[in-house]
Amino acid sequence: METQSLLLTVITFLPLASVAALLVLRSDDHVWIRRIALAASVAEFVISLLLLRGFDSTDAAYQFQEFYNWIGPSIHYHLGIDGISLFLVLLTTFLTPLAILCSWNSIHENVKGFFVCLLVIETAMIGVFVSLDLFLFFVFWELTLIPMYFMIGMWGHERRIYAAVKFILYTMFGSILMLVAILWLYRHTGTFDLPMIEDFLARGVPLSPTTELWLFGAFFLAFAIKVPLFPLHTWLPDAHTEAPTAGSVILAGVMLKLGTYGILRFCLPLFPSAAHRMAPLIAVLAIIGIVYGALVATVQHDLKRLVAYTSVSHLGFVVLGIFAFSTISIQGSIYQMLNHGVSTGALFLAVGMLYDRRHTHEIKEFGGLTVPMPILMAFFLFIALSSLALPPLNGFIGEFLILIGTFQSHHAWAAWAASGAVLSAIYLLWAYQRVAFGPVTVEKNRTLPDVSHRERLILVVVAAAIIFMGVASPLFTRRMETSTNAMLQQMSDQLNRAQEANRRPAAAPPRVILPARSSHSALATFAERRVAQ
Amino acid sequence: MILLNHLWIVLALPLAGAAINGLLGRRWPKSAVNSVAIGSVALAFLAVAELVREFSSLAAAQIPWVQSYFTWIAAGTSTQSPFRIDFALQVDQLTVIMMLVVSFVGLLIHIYSTGYMAHEEGYYRFFAYLNLFTFFMLTLVMAANLIVMFVGWEGVGLCSYLLIGFWFLKKSAADAGKKAFITTRVGDFAFTVGILLAFWTFGSVTFGDMFGKAAQMQPDTISHAGVLTTICILLFIGAIGKSAQLPLYVWLPDAMEGPTPVSALIHAATMVTAGVYMVARMNPLYSRAPIALLLVAIVGAVTALYSATIGLLQTDIKKVLAYSTVSQLGYMFLGCGVGAYAAGIFHLMTHAFFKGLLFLAAGSVIHAMGGEQDMFKMGGLRKKIPVTYWTMLIATLAIAGIPGFAGYFSKDEILDAAHSGPNANLWLWLLGLIGAGLTSFYMFRLIFLTFCGKPRFDEHKVHVHESPKNMTIPLAILAFLSIFGGWLALPHLAGGIDYFSTFLKPVFTAYPLSAQAAVEASAEAASPAMSVVHALTGWPVIVAIIGLLVAWWFYIKDTEAPKRLAKSVHGLYVLVFNKYFVDEIYAALIVRPLLWISTNIFWHGVDERLIDGAVNGTARVARESGGKLRELQSGNARSYATWIIIGAVGFTILLLGVLGMVR
Repeated sequence: METQSLLLTVITFLPLASVAALLVLRSDDHVWIRRIALAASVAEFVISLLLLRGFDSTDAAYQFQEFYNWIGPSIHYHLGIDGISLFLVLLTTFLTPLAILCSWNSIHENVKGFFVCLLVIETAMIGVFVSLDLFLFFVFWELTLIPMYFMIGMWGHERRIYAAVKFILYTMFGSILMLVAILWLYRHTGTFDLPMIEDFLARGVPLSPTTELWLFGAFFLAFAIKVPLFPLHTWLPDAHTEAPTAGSVILAGVMLKLGTYGILRFCLPLFPSAAHRMAPLIAVLAIIGIVYGALVATVQHDLKRLVAYTSVSHLGFVVLGIFAFSTISIQGSIYQMLNHGVSTGALFLAVGMLYDRRHTHEIKEFGGLTVPMPILMAFFLFIALSSLALPPLNGFIGEFLILIGTFQSHHAWAAWAASGAVLSAIYLLWAYQRVAFGPVTVEKNRTLPDVSHRERLILVVVAAAIIFMGVASPLFTRRMETSTNAMLQQMSDQLNRAQEANRRPAAAPPRVILPARSSHSALATFAERRVAQ
Repeated sequence: MILLNHLWIVLALPLAGAAINGLLGRRWPKSAVNSVAIGSVALAFLAVAELVREFSSLAAAQIPWVQSYFTWIAAGTSTQSPFRIDFALQVDQLTVIMMLVVSFVGLLIHIYSTGYMAHEEGYYRFFAYLNLFTFFMLTLVMAANLIVMFVGWEGVGLCSYLLIGFWFLKKSAADAGKKAFITTRVGDFAFTVGILLAFWTFGSVTFGDMFGKAAQMQPDTISHAGVLTTICILLFIGAIGKSAQLPLYVWLPDAMEGPTPVSALIHAATMVTAGVYMVARMNPLYSRAPIALLLVAIVGAVTALYSATIGLLQTDIKKVLAYSTVSQLGYMFLGCGVGAYAAGIFHLMTHAFFKGLLFLAAGSVIHAMGGEQDMFKMGGLRKKIPVTYWTMLIATLAIAGIPGFAGYFSKDEILDAAHSGPNANLWLWLLGLIGAGLTSFYMFRLIFLTFCGKPRFDEHKVHVHESPKNMTIPLAILAFLSIFGGWLALPHLAGGIDYFSTFLKPVFTAYPLSAQAAVEASAEAASPAMSVVHALTGWPVIVAIIGLLVAWWFYIKDTEAPKRLAKSVHGLYVLVFNKYFVDEIYAALIVRPLLWISTNIFWHGVDERLIDGAVNGTARVARESGGKLRELQSGNARSYATWIIIGAVGFTILLLGVLGMVR
């Protein structure tokens, strides 16, 4: 047996390990708490870049796999990434240092707790992206919630308790359904291991269409809440408005992608015929989200709430691209997840810098800010332009790939979605104008300081990422292609099989219940073979 | 062959200028900013000139000259319909014309701006934007595929936004910038869908591939609209937004909030002509989509007349020129729409000269008047600012279509094509002809009100002075071009060749509809030109002179006449004076309802009442039904979380049980 790479374990647990270092420090030693948190997260980013070096973009299988028995015979510690999760891991490790930097001076109470939460979230999110065992996945999935709940509830703004409870209620509701589905799948297949379940569903006993629909629904609901897909989005504006800046950056930048990632990782490959059946409905909801989110964003008075609604609109694009089931549109969707993470994360960073100065998000409290803060406002505009998909910046590439891919099979969907581009110009430029242009209306604003060195560093880093992702997109998309193709291939194979089975109903047993034990051991040996390969 | 092999240099120069001034210019003296800004554009112009020299030695088969630099977007490369966009540039005759116009007029306006903007805050910012604009405009015209073209297309829109709102402390300026960007984005929505459909149809958005595939398709006819027609119409809607045609023209008059050199460069000479360029560039598609082509012609002709009528009653000197621009762009589209692409591009070029000049001269007037833009507060400036007067008069003669001046040749070619070309349409010709008369009227009205008669301002307060050399020299150069720029077509009058359209011909005949059409096209070009006498006494000349005379009557001879006329047709006067209330109608029918629905129905209604109401209601029901366990409800968020988890587990067990029973 070949020695397994430990890279993914290191990347996943390094933030958690550095939490231990933080805990040793005195809680009033803010300087060193910040420094260590930052150093750990930067080291984490650098180490995660090693993934790029070892990643084979022509290989459709999961890479950097680690497989150990964990609890009993059927729950494994199984990690691995493919072209879909690779960049999401990098996105997480890229944004976390920025989130730490932006909280440098704005968190005053319980500084240690705050950075501990941030680092725990990082571990949890990476864990979600690299888990190949459903049980492990679920553990990480739930682990993301608790620190975020505390972040909103403890370091948030006025209505933080309401927002935190709403956040946790919504997502927990989804989690419960997903847990049920996971347990059901275990009963059916005898394992929690994702590749084994995939193989089982592809070669073993197919699910009945009704069951598949139910399971798909349970998974999808959990993910759709997270995304959030219209009409499950109302927790998001509250959560964002009340969360501290770093919380919003992580929430918008990475956490929402847990939902779209989950859809790609589970809903499509495991339940392809249900996904196909539900695609028109979901696409319509996604399109409603695009237009509706944009329209509601336009009329917001609160800058953070406005940016939150733009996420509803942008994530609508991602979901639409996924359910268009074309390689181009799914590559676009994955790319758009990254773009949204960078651009919307950056928008929240900029809004947070305003908040640090004025302690408000109300648009009417600003106006004419270009006079006191020309540099911050210039960056703000640049970020807004990337978010409204101005070519050649990053947002354009993602949106356009989604549109091109979707248009191949669904003209109307793509045309409706394209209208989002007009609306995004409206809400962003209008908001920007009210913040940055015109005369300075509030006397306090006249003397606001422009960006500090720390803030400038943050903004330069995100601006560089925006440009880089705009001009060098093939570096990203080509690494996604093989995995995307493989997933779509797997889907269509399964669909064909299901159709075959439907055509010959007599041949296919209507309901086979495998004796749990035997399937279990059979799969266990199968798994060993797999790892040995 | 240095530049042909390194086309990117032409783009890199202004981009570098923008980057240097934008990043460092804030702390630099104006002279340093000037040398970077003007230097980069001057070098770009020299590069273009050298490029043209090298281009002239290319064999016909090497044109269009395409250079591809790197793969910019790639997805689905291993599937059956790969999507791959290279960052690729191309040069052909049409590109050459556009590059020359953009870089040369751009250079003059950069020079002019050093005088006009000399006392402004944010000097470096202005020139950084202007250089950035030059970069994007050159990208637009040099692009070898629709996506790279779209980069330029959106990029010039961005620069337009930034420059209109340059004086961002003024709310009206910031509003105008936003309106410009958003209105053109409405058009861009259709443009985007057009690109999607083009890719779906041709499997590529590279011009050469698209045209080659289109040439193999069955062309659409005037009674049958197929996919080609749809693509062309969608792309044209994008052009309507960018080039300010009906019904999306509303942003351009407001764009006059920007500094005058910006109006000259972006909102007259170059950016707004991007739509015309696009239609001409896509001519192999449009020629196969007669319905779309007819639509182009109709929109062009109607806009030409419509906005000329608004121009009649404007009092702001720049607003007159703005509506005039909308109207002249209409002529260019009319030219393309009747199949005379070369005439449309010819007018684009001469218009860049004379309209650029008109704006710069207007800027010189405003400069002289200390910022005043109302023509009724001017008058009698002829003697005080003679250079401005004479150059502006030349431009007016050119735009009015007086024989011998540049605009005469180009406008006459368009109207001639509408009258007797292969796609002639007498109704559209008539619209264009009336518009030409109105153009002559409102332009001479402008000249008479501004420069003739007695001063209508307090001469003690306003110190009228001629502009400095760095402003008047560009005026003089453009005046020269406003006369002689049209003479490329002069031999045509005497039965000779039209150098301009001959030069452009390969672009418009590379993909002939059929062998027969190719023969016809060449036969048409060889057909004897109109006689000199016919041309000089043609209808366009007659209406231009009528317009001139009426303006003279109204504003020199009998200055009470306009008031009497206004009174006698009061309703019409109010309608036109208020620009047909189009802005108000858009606000009432689109903007306000949309905002109201978004606020009251979507946000407060659906989000807050419906969805949140349901969520909170469920929570309340759960809480109340758990009343007996009230003591456990500490109000502590953490304990709620605990309950949720307990609930989750309980629910799971329940569900598993149910599922088990079902099975």
